[in-house]
Amino acid sequence: MRAAVVVFPGSNCDRDMAVALKAAGADVTMVWHKDASLPDGVDLVAVPGGFSFGDYLRCGAIAAQSPICHAVVAHANRGGYVLGVCNGFQVLTETGLLPGALMRNSGLKFICKAVDLKVETSDSAFTEGYNAGDIVAYPVAHHDGNYTVDDDTLSQLRDANRIAFTYCENLNGSVADIAGVLSENRRVLGMMPHPERAVDTGHGGTDGQALFRGLLAQFATA
Amino acid sequence: MKARVHVMLKNGVLDPQGEAVRHALGSLGFEGVSGVRQGKVIELDLADGTSEATITQMCEKLLANTVIESYKVEVL
Repeated sequence: MRAAVVVFPGSNCDRDMAVALKAAGADVTMVWHKDASLPDGVDLVAVPGGFSFGDYLRCGAIAAQSPICHAVVAHANRGGYVLGVCNGFQVLTETGLLPGALMRNSGLKFICKAVDLKVETSDSAFTEGYNAGDIVAYPVAHHDGNYTVDDDTLSQLRDANRIAFTYCENLNGSVADIAGVLSENRRVLGMMPHPERAVDTGHGGTDGQALFRGLLAQFATA
Repeated sequence: MKARVHVMLKNGVLDPQGEAVRHALGSLGFEGVSGVRQGKVIELDLADGTSEATITQMCEKLLANTVIESYKVEVL
């Protein structure tokens, strides 16, 4: 699988993401926010965590208008896979690839700890390495992870089984404990917790490995 | 010309920061503050003759996230 990791000024999980993808067997290229196109033959674009453009205006808002993001949106519209983690999730909601928005945590504090998540669906390339109902521990590190959607959109997400992960205990005010959501075609996943920070025993846990391995397996059999 | 854009969270969207400000006002002894909503004011210096439609596009594309925010344009 060929993967591209987007780097914005202020990204800080880009290299962790690249390491996690490489460890799972992906061929990884880093792409800069000013690049107007993705490398040929890219299967997956990963939009990493961090504080792109200093979180100015709104988290992810300025990154979402960068040249590379127009290419990422085109990639997704062609049916390409996109994974957005933390700030990457915020960027994907700002581009409109995923519904909803991420607001300031309800407790107003930056939250940095490992949390238990429930895998809500195994029906996606990202989550097929898990069983629905599995409890996994991923680190979170965010100030604006309070996922907000209107009631109609929430119903649509539920009806189409597009909620990928929920927090076992609501920590940031997110509607319906939502930690990660899928696009309509299930090929775009945005999530606040960091699977790439749970892939090595040195991280204190390896629950994230199944996400990357499952994703890679998808392409091995394709 | 100048324009001022007011961006506010939509009604019904909880504003945790506004709530914190409301609590702080209460603890300073200001009574009867039943709600605080916090927003943004963005001032734009524009070429003369910029249409209101163009400013609206700026709001829709970047200045406000219409999933959670509403905006109001004031041409000065």
